[in-house]
Amino acid sequence: MIETLTDIFTSRHWQGTLPFIWRGLQLTLYITFVGVIVGFFLGTAAGLARLSKSKIIYGLATIYIELVRGTPILVQALFLYYAITNFGIYFDAITAGIIAIAINAGAYIAEIVRGGVESIDKGQMEAGRSIGLSSVQTMRYIIWPQAIKRMIPPLGNQFIISLKDTSVFAIISINEVTFLMRQYASSSADTLVPYIMLCLAYLIITIPSMVILRRIERRLDV
Amino acid sequence: MIKVTDLHKSFGDLEVLKGINAEVREKEVVCVIGPSGSGKSTFLRCLNLLEEVTSGEVVIDGESLTNPKININKLRSQVGMVFQHFNLFPHKTVLENVTLGPIKVKDTPKEEANELALQLLEKVGLSDKANSYPNSLSGGQKQRVAIARALAMNPKVMLFDEPTSALDPELVGDVLEVMKELAKEGMTMVVVTHEMGFAREMGDRVIFMDEGVIMEEGIPSDIFDNPQNPRTQSFLSKVL
Repeated sequence: MIETLTDIFTSRHWQGTLPFIWRGLQLTLYITFVGVIVGFFLGTAAGLARLSKSKIIYGLATIYIELVRGTPILVQALFLYYAITNFGIYFDAITAGIIAIAINAGAYIAEIVRGGVESIDKGQMEAGRSIGLSSVQTMRYIIWPQAIKRMIPPLGNQFIISLKDTSVFAIISINEVTFLMRQYASSSADTLVPYIMLCLAYLIITIPSMVILRRIERRLDV
Repeated sequence: MIKVTDLHKSFGDLEVLKGINAEVREKEVVCVIGPSGSGKSTFLRCLNLLEEVTSGEVVIDGESLTNPKININKLRSQVGMVFQHFNLFPHKTVLENVTLGPIKVKDTPKEEANELALQLLEKVGLSDKANSYPNSLSGGQKQRVAIARALAMNPKVMLFDEPTSALDPELVGDVLEVMKELAKEGMTMVVVTHEMGFAREMGDRVIFMDEGVIMEEGIPSDIFDNPQNPRTQSFLSKVL
């Protein structure tokens, strides 16, 4: 229980949590960055597959996207860390976390990619083809550079979502920032300050990201 | 140069072209006129396979488009296309719009492609816009860049799909002027157009299409002054 307001402000845990916040946040960011970058390539492949005329390629991409989007990331993490060992596959916790972020971000990014490419006027493909470019060349030189610009805002959002998603990995004992603050809270018996610090730790990343995103969005509008 | 035999094109159950036979000789300017929905744009788009042909044959310069073994990219590079809505590449400068084809399709060295592009832009009166982006141009300027882009591939035939229909009336003239220039130089052209003045003045032949077939064709003075088919008569009485 909090005795007085002053107790909160003078709590030694403000300082005490800092090294853990710093350490945990590094791992959180590492998992997020690696996961989202891998997810971007996965998502690009799946997104382009969703645009394919081949029913098999389209079908495989659709199955992947729906499976991942239809299950909670927490369950996916448990699956990748525990269940999969039954097949003789062992991931350490961090690897399992990165894979979970990557397949998740990938599934959502696939739809971002598909939407981005579909938003480009059909006449662009026709114009590219009519000067003799192949469909792959037209995609590479004409469609993709235009589509990627439109994809930047939703990709930024996905980064923020993935960053927050990493907090569930406390359940598979990854030493990311949420896990460390839970530990701190239970060992210090202070349930307020560590969790305030935890919120601040996320906000210090997410708010500037959102501000930057909004600025990019405004510039792209012109 | 172009020979079309019994061309059919359907979109699902809707048959848009119902057996087109037509020929375009070298250096000839053929204008295709007709009401909206008559299939004239689809016909034009079949000539470079932007629309897949349902049945029939299209032969361009001795090569059959309907032959599955044909290198469609190579063929398209020899057939220039100008669209109603320009379809310039907005992320590239005017110069890059024109040089992209030569550099990527024909492996022309960049300096050479730039030189050629500047000549073509000069020709369409836009050399001062080489480093501008398409969005800063007027519709008429965009369409002239699009013509230069198509010409950069040194095509044997130029297809125009209602090139002035999306333009403000005062900008139509500049584009038509460029097209007349091309015609005078002996370019083989197929022009789908609502500009009856252009068809009459520049067309060697006029094709009138309605309901997916060619209703009437002939030299402009015959078609415009003495149409035989009642459909042609009724169409022309509305537009002239």
